[in-house]
Amino acid sequence: MLSRVAERIYWTARYLDRIENTARLIDVYHKLMLDLPLGASFSWYGLITLNQSETLFKKSYKNEDERSIIKFFLGDKQNPSSIISSLKQVRENIRTTRDTLPEFIWILINEMSLFVEKNLHQGINRNQRIEFLDGIIHSCFQIKGLLLSTMPMSDAWYFMVIGRKIERADMTTRLLYAGAKAHFQLEEQGPTINSHQLVWGNILQTLGALQAYRKATRYAVVSEKVVHYLLEDPYLPSSISHCIHAIHTSCDHLPKKKPVIDLIESVEKNLFRSMNYRKLEEPFREYLHRLQLQIAKIHQGISDNWFPQYENDKYDNDKHNNRKSENKKHTHEQLKSNG
Amino acid sequence: MIKLWQGYETSISYDELLETAKTPRPVAKKLYHYINSLTEEDIKARKQSAEATIKQMGISFTVYSQGQNIDRAWPFDIIPRTISRSTWDKVSSGLKQRLKAINLFIDDLYHDQKVIKDGIIPKELIQKSKNFRKECVGLAPPLNIWAHICGTDLVRDNDGEFYVLEDNLRVPSGVSYMLENRSITKRIFPELFETMKIEPINNYTSELFDMLSSLSPRKRSNPVVVVLTPGIFNSAYFEHAYLAQQMGAELVEGSDLTVEKDDCVYMKTIAGLERVDVIYRRIDDLYLDPECFLKESVLGCPGLMRAWKKGNVAIANAPGAGVADDKVIYAFMPKIIKYYLDQDPIINNVETWLCLDKKHRQHVINNIEELVVKPANESGGYGILIGPNSTKKERETVIAQIKNNPRNFIAQPTLAISTAPCLVEKGAIEPRHLDLRPFVLQGKKLFVTTGGLTRVAMKKGSLVVNSSQGGGSKDTWIVDKED
Repeated sequence: MLSRVAERIYWTARYLDRIENTARLIDVYHKLMLDLPLGASFSWYGLITLNQSETLFKKSYKNEDERSIIKFFLGDKQNPSSIISSLKQVRENIRTTRDTLPEFIWILINEMSLFVEKNLHQGINRNQRIEFLDGIIHSCFQIKGLLLSTMPMSDAWYFMVIGRKIERADMTTRLLYAGAKAHFQLEEQGPTINSHQLVWGNILQTLGALQAYRKATRYAVVSEKVVHYLLEDPYLPSSISHCIHAIHTSCDHLPKKKPVIDLIESVEKNLFRSMNYRKLEEPFREYLHRLQLQIAKIHQGISDNWFPQYENDKYDNDKHNNRKSENKKHTHEQLKSNG
Repeated sequence: MIKLWQGYETSISYDELLETAKTPRPVAKKLYHYINSLTEEDIKARKQSAEATIKQMGISFTVYSQGQNIDRAWPFDIIPRTISRSTWDKVSSGLKQRLKAINLFIDDLYHDQKVIKDGIIPKELIQKSKNFRKECVGLAPPLNIWAHICGTDLVRDNDGEFYVLEDNLRVPSGVSYMLENRSITKRIFPELFETMKIEPINNYTSELFDMLSSLSPRKRSNPVVVVLTPGIFNSAYFEHAYLAQQMGAELVEGSDLTVEKDDCVYMKTIAGLERVDVIYRRIDDLYLDPECFLKESVLGCPGLMRAWKKGNVAIANAPGAGVADDKVIYAFMPKIIKYYLDQDPIINNVETWLCLDKKHRQHVINNIEELVVKPANESGGYGILIGPNSTKKERETVIAQIKNNPRNFIAQPTLAISTAPCLVEKGAIEPRHLDLRPFVLQGKKLFVTTGGLTRVAMKKGSLVVNSSQGGGSKDTWIVDKED
């Protein structure tokens, strides 16, 4: 498999997961806001901090109101992580790797693009937002289902899994961070709100893990239990433990794997060592920060080992990678050459 | 819906489907009656369904305009064009004859040049040809084939006969649209496929793959075949990806390839370098190899020509094959066929005046208002002057250009090219002009697509069918005898 194709497939998977995550996140946030008592100091702007998009957001928006924030996440072309931008990236990547992916994925991604184009305003307005987000989440499920049922377990498949799991691990750390912050924010407002249930219940829901949590732990939703579950549960698809393990076993199927495997093993060894579940304040945030760096390191290792190496502008491994640097390399010189 | 046909003109030129507004040709009888059995709403619904399918299947082409790439939905007319099996058989053998002769001609040009020595082609024609590659002189590509894939443009004149308008040998495109057109029609008119004997067309990609595989320098059962694309900005990128996918070949860009010290071509894979046997290139000669041609090109791969010359990789079409894709050479095609095959051409050329020739040039300048003037080496319909539709200023500019570089221009009579019924914007059916581009493959054997890509000038009265200039397309049916 071509290195360039491997890279595009990896990013296809990442962007696809990002779309689903963003849709779920807004869905849950939307519902959470409805549950909060009036006057709770909790705002939509939390979504912006969660994604570390403060600077970008302030560039285009004056108000931190719901509408602006929703627009920023759903339909803003300047925001490379918005649903519409991610979708465009996915479509371009699929277009350039059509020879490697199952034929039908092209049709599904076109349908999804048409759906988003047509219904975007529904998502931005409040009254049909849930339907719109559901539509996106369904499309993501459809594509994943297609891949699962038709894609051969070959190199392309493993790059898909790796991309998806890196993105998911990244998302889980972000949610844990946001959860801890919100939890303490709400606790300060007094005992009228059950912040455990409200915050952590919603985070579990964002990851589609509430039911699984109950089954696995048979315990009420309390912060340290949820944090432990999301970090260390070996079976939950969004847990850090599971993601890193899945990346490990996927890399194991690929050629020339040794440097990456060594790297992942060294990360795995110390993954939860410094974690203290009784202190979910400052030390926990530091821990999550270190965890993010570890995930970025794995991404870098994969990229160095398997993806094309660009001479001038090396890929930045930032989350908001939008592949512009690479496309610039192509010139327009051949446009008129075809009969 | 008889009403739809009201005022349909069959007198402007040969109509593919109708003898008169009320009488279909035998080959289109069932189609005609079927369309008449539909209500206006039915027809509208089928058209909408076709448009939705095109969007869903992402069938698009890219236009480059004002510094931007715009991805446009493929323009498609739902009423198919029909051609009878017996007519097609003749066209098909004519196309094979032509490509065979073209190949012998190219091979001769890069070796002994007997065709020049025997006085068939003037020497200076080749010397001044933009597409003659001196780097190719003396080379022997696999099976001695240079012209593997040809897209030949055909038109039908008033007499109902097919004529060759041009031979596209560089990077002809359109075959994927031919295939997609059929899949759209199958969705919207399934009934007709049950009642009419419509020949299938879907074997093209497997024929293409077999032909490409047969060129492999390494004799192995599964040679590595790649499609080399200039990338996503190219107007035919859709097709490159489509063909790679259908053939199960790798779609590569220049930066995916490297030529190593052993003068073999490799692609950069996650497992390291993997040798490439056959390159189906969709890049013009001059961009193929910066080491050999344009230094600033980033589309190709340095060293490709070295590898090809050593016989370590096959390239289709062979570099240099474009020398026969020249509208001046085209004018000599009947003589070329006679010279190499000792046969008369089965399909005729359109009468052509060469501005290179003093007498012809004067004729062209004197009669420019009635002629179509074409530059010898452009494609995509660029630079063409259609005399009857031109302004005085446009004509004067072209005359000056002709005088300045006569080798670069040819002229042909303005043909009354055939029409076929199209569903137009306002919902009526009107005649529109069209051409046909079949694709011919040459490996150990010759293969012609069943029909080809029909391109339609969607504007009333227009003769320009290029999709980059507002043209559309239709499914093309080769129909066996109607009962």
